[in-house]
Amino acid sequence: MAPPPEHRRPIKRAAISDQQRRREVALRLQADRRSDAQNRARQLASSVLSLGHEPETEPEVEQEQEMSDASGQLSGRTDLDPVRAARLRGPEVRRWFARQLMLPEWMVDVPPLLDRDWYVFPRPSGKRCFVVSSNGTTISRLRNGSILHRFPSNLPNGARTKDVSGPASSYSILDCIFHEPDETYYVIDMVCWRGYSLYDCTAEFRFFWLNSKLSETGASDPPSQYHRYRFNVVQIYECNLAGLQASYSGQVPYVKDGLLFFNKHAHYQAGNTPLALVWKDNVCSQYVLDTDSKGQIPSQQQVVLELQNDGNLTTFDDPPVALGSLSRDLIAQSGLQVGNLVRVAIRDDSVRLVDGKLDLGELQLVGKTNHSRAFADTYSKVLFQHAARHAPLRIEDLVASIQSNSSMDNSQASDVEMEG
Amino acid sequence: MALEVTQFLLNAQSIDQATRTHAEESLKQIQEQNLPAFLLSLSAELANDNRPLESRKLAGLILKNALDAKELHRKNDLAQRWLSLDLATKTQIKTALLQTLSSPVSNARSTASQVIAKVAGIELPHKQWPELINSLLSNIHQVETHVKQGTLETLGYVCEEVDPQVVDQDQVNRILTAVVQGMNASTETSSEVRLAATRALYNALGFAQTNFTNDMERDYIMRVVCEATLSSDVKIRQAAFECLVAISSTYYEKLAPYMQDIFNITLKAVREDEEPVALQAIEFWSSICDEEIDILDDYRSEYTGDSEVPCFYFIKQALPALVPMLLETLLKQEEDQDQDEGAWNVAMAGGTCLGLVARTVGDDIVPLVMPFIEENISKPDWRRREAATYAFGSILEGPSPGKLAPIVNVALNFMLAALSRDPNNHVKDTTAWTLGRIFEFLHGAAVETSVITQENCQQILTVLLQSMKDVPNVAEKACGALYFLAQGYEDEGSVSPLTPFFQDIFQMLLFVTHREDATEKNLRTSAYEALNEVVRCSNDETAPIVMQLIPVIMLELHQTVEAQKLTSDERDKQNDLQGLLCGCLQVIIQKMGSIEGSKYAFMQYADQIMDLLLKVFASRNATVHEEAMLAIGALAYTAGPNFAKYMPQFYQYLEMGLQNFEEYQICAITVGVVGDLCRALEDKILPYCDGIMTQLLKNLSSNQLHRSVKPPIFSCFGDIALAIGENFEKYLVYAMPMLQSAAELSAHVVSQDDDMLEYTNQLRNGILEAYSGILQGFKSSPKTQALVPYAAHVLQFIDTMYGGREMDDAVMKSALGVLGDLADTLGSHVGPLISQSSSSKDLIEECMVYDDPLIRESAEWAKLAINRAVSG
Repeated sequence: MAPPPEHRRPIKRAAISDQQRRREVALRLQADRRSDAQNRARQLASSVLSLGHEPETEPEVEQEQEMSDASGQLSGRTDLDPVRAARLRGPEVRRWFARQLMLPEWMVDVPPLLDRDWYVFPRPSGKRCFVVSSNGTTISRLRNGSILHRFPSNLPNGARTKDVSGPASSYSILDCIFHEPDETYYVIDMVCWRGYSLYDCTAEFRFFWLNSKLSETGASDPPSQYHRYRFNVVQIYECNLAGLQASYSGQVPYVKDGLLFFNKHAHYQAGNTPLALVWKDNVCSQYVLDTDSKGQIPSQQQVVLELQNDGNLTTFDDPPVALGSLSRDLIAQSGLQVGNLVRVAIRDDSVRLVDGKLDLGELQLVGKTNHSRAFADTYSKVLFQHAARHAPLRIEDLVASIQSNSSMDNSQASDVEMEG
Repeated sequence: MALEVTQFLLNAQSIDQATRTHAEESLKQIQEQNLPAFLLSLSAELANDNRPLESRKLAGLILKNALDAKELHRKNDLAQRWLSLDLATKTQIKTALLQTLSSPVSNARSTASQVIAKVAGIELPHKQWPELINSLLSNIHQVETHVKQGTLETLGYVCEEVDPQVVDQDQVNRILTAVVQGMNASTETSSEVRLAATRALYNALGFAQTNFTNDMERDYIMRVVCEATLSSDVKIRQAAFECLVAISSTYYEKLAPYMQDIFNITLKAVREDEEPVALQAIEFWSSICDEEIDILDDYRSEYTGDSEVPCFYFIKQALPALVPMLLETLLKQEEDQDQDEGAWNVAMAGGTCLGLVARTVGDDIVPLVMPFIEENISKPDWRRREAATYAFGSILEGPSPGKLAPIVNVALNFMLAALSRDPNNHVKDTTAWTLGRIFEFLHGAAVETSVITQENCQQILTVLLQSMKDVPNVAEKACGALYFLAQGYEDEGSVSPLTPFFQDIFQMLLFVTHREDATEKNLRTSAYEALNEVVRCSNDETAPIVMQLIPVIMLELHQTVEAQKLTSDERDKQNDLQGLLCGCLQVIIQKMGSIEGSKYAFMQYADQIMDLLLKVFASRNATVHEEAMLAIGALAYTAGPNFAKYMPQFYQYLEMGLQNFEEYQICAITVGVVGDLCRALEDKILPYCDGIMTQLLKNLSSNQLHRSVKPPIFSCFGDIALAIGENFEKYLVYAMPMLQSAAELSAHVVSQDDDMLEYTNQLRNGILEAYSGILQGFKSSPKTQALVPYAAHVLQFIDTMYGGREMDDAVMKSALGVLGDLADTLGSHVGPLISQSSSSKDLIEECMVYDDPLIRESAEWAKLAINRAVSG
């Protein structure tokens, strides 16, 4: 019996070589981890911290997570040593996440050049969250950092399916609103795609990327076994008259909650930013005025502020803005501690705008907020709510602003032509 | 000034050891004292018909070994040494060699042929010895048969040795003419000459590219080859079929006009001819399958969607006649073929070919094979049952699961019964193998509906575990089947139907490893491999059972470490076992480290495991070292920064591994482990970096290190730099010049040779990974400036590669990464430099529209980073 020709392996002897497999697996893991390490560095370089090996832990849903320490470190993304941040685990991850969303300010006056520099779209009503897909799972996290869902999806590396292109650990991060009635994630921004950071890209580029990439993955397909929730993009408009009109009164497949405005040139910036704005009125939102803890609209405006150790009550801004204070007696009496979020009522007649700054005057303590609340109100929200009750910014004002912009354009254009 | 060497050469083959040793030493001494004289004497000895054959043969062999060696660096050294000899000596030696071709002693001629080919292999690429081919061809016209025979043999060896490009077409034409005429039975009467010519053609086929495009010449060559397959001499028939096999892969696209004739020839040979000929005839069809599988793969490939060579669907066309021919071969089993590891016979070749045919044509094969299976599977004659089962097992890869599943669902119970109850071991062996193939191809995450269900899984496991007590070859196949059954559940998560049986499976597999006959038929290895696979598919629920396995495996390893005074046979078995146990630990470490819930519990064992693995390094066996090193790499990754405490003890073995040039696999694996350590320890690896870097740099400068280790060493520079950041500064002055010169070499490689090209791209990728790691490591450091001087070279490297157009996808992606990293780390320092590099821009633009999304996105990223750097 002669041996088989050199290159011909007998079909029955096509023995598995587990040793060869172990060797290959080790080499592949090394290569993957190297490219992870290098990509991580690239993302850090793009000023996003790595979240790559976060999700392996617990699915526990800690709605109760206290975020009391968050407001003091609003600028945490730059304060924290990036390399250390990449190794965060468990609650630290949640805390870190909680600071990563870009939070629009409330529109209290109309920014200039709205039609030239801004996008507008109707905001879906629902839970704002970060969706991260990597290593075969997709995890959505609410603004307070707690997990909303853990599920398989068609996002890159979002499910344990065989046909993955590229390292399983490269991840994608989407900024979404989860809309309960149709169980759909509406994607309002793209932060990271297949390991590539879009943090330092303009909104214009991010939206372009979002629209072209998401459809490639099948993430917008109807739910199936390996794709638990559908991801839809929202229609984004240039903020000209037609775009504003379409956003304001056009039909959308979801419940609207106001309008979002994004400055085209702005990068994705964690925390509050005036380069993204939210605005609403009764036509485009069911919830213009804030409700209290029982879901009722209180007769007096209520705001949530954070108690500082000097007794001041501050907003969730960077730096925090003090809007009033509580006396030591009252603090002791009501068992409040530094860092607690407290709900206070404003007496309308005592509010004053001094040099464009809000002075709330006398504050009336309503109580502590419930535990799932992670942040105090922002200054712009307090202002917007106040305006909404007294002199709201109306859709007509927005329209007027756009019209005046375009007429200004005309006048500038004719300036150039007049040479005399 | 030829020396008298005959006696030494004879004594060197003496049965008396002292005589032999003395002679060998004398020869060595002569060689060292005067190499030209020594070589000259050897050639004279070989050429001299008055000398004994034994001394002539050894003279030729020593001469050959003075010209060529297996290891590349030594081969190059020997070639250089030959080229530097003085012209007169070389001419004299070559004359003696050519003269030997006319010797009536066939062994002397044959030896000279091989030496001539070696000289030609060195000289022809340097445009030396231009008269060689002509002087050989002039021999062809001599009358004496033995001269013709020797010359044709030499032409064959020369063709084997030299690259087709160094011989001009005119000479190629004359060589081919001489060779094919030598094969032609109507003009050449000597069968010895015809055999030599046929064998020479086998080697010369690679030179016939141009001739095969000429219809008339190709027809002539094909006709002569086909006629030779009908020769009365079995050796000629075999050699002629070997030519057909070579033609089938080299000139696949030219075969269409000849396929009908070839089919008839092969059918006759498979049915009637002697085994060596029949095997080659089957191999022809296997080789056609190989070609068509490759082409069809290219057709299906996402990115190319096309193939350079079109598919002619020869197999599909021949199918109705080919399959019956192959099925017939399956009945020609030999009684003991399952007992002999290296066996290869008509039945095995036929089954192997049938498997390839199934992969080539897919569903179409099923209806052609099913009647054979149904007819024979229950016959009293074991050969028929075995052949039917073998046929079934062979066609399980290729046809769609949808086509096979209904058949398998019916057959499964039959197979399980046969495995438990068939009286014939051969049938049971093939049945267990077939079950393994069923699990491999019709079960698992990639298959839409697995043929394995929660219900039949238990029954399958019961039968497989029972069969592990059968004779070694059957038990071994049962372990293999379990391996594939488990593999199907690797991605299953918590719902694996194996979960309730974990304990039983481990128990049985451990029992198998302790069988007295476990070292026969690869049984123990198979049992550990199955064990590893079951560990790989464990989950949160079964992790505690895997955890119980750890002390058991450690105890076994401990026993092997403690064992003393072993015979060499025992020592070999001990080494095998140690390797298997280390491999098993490696898999357990990886798995337990990846399950969050078990990682902590696992780490309790880390000290003990590390202790044992360090003891294992006392073994001098390469495989064992490699396995232990891999296990340590896995442990380092799992332990993370905590691994630092093992470094003081482990470091010496790490260094040993890096120094192991001879067993380069170990060296390569160790380099990989350095990468693992960098990622685990990060800056805690700093104290060891001087030693590691020194060794790595030494390795790179050595020409003895196997070339495959060089790319990973470069990548490893990147790993180290990324871990220790700006502390890498002190190594820049050594590492950068190495990177630069390697970059320069690899950037300019233009090669037709696929292997060379692949290696070059690996090298480039390693270099680029090093650059990326270094650039990223220095990011945001005050010492970033230290890298600025190197930027121009890095860009130039990428420019040159881009110009050469032979980057593969991985290199392209790494290159884009480096461009981004350059811009990102050095910012405005390199902004203008990058803007000037037009090919960087072109590369990025080109990759932006690339098919592969990963490359496209790397390009986007590089562009963003560069835009930022350029805009300040």
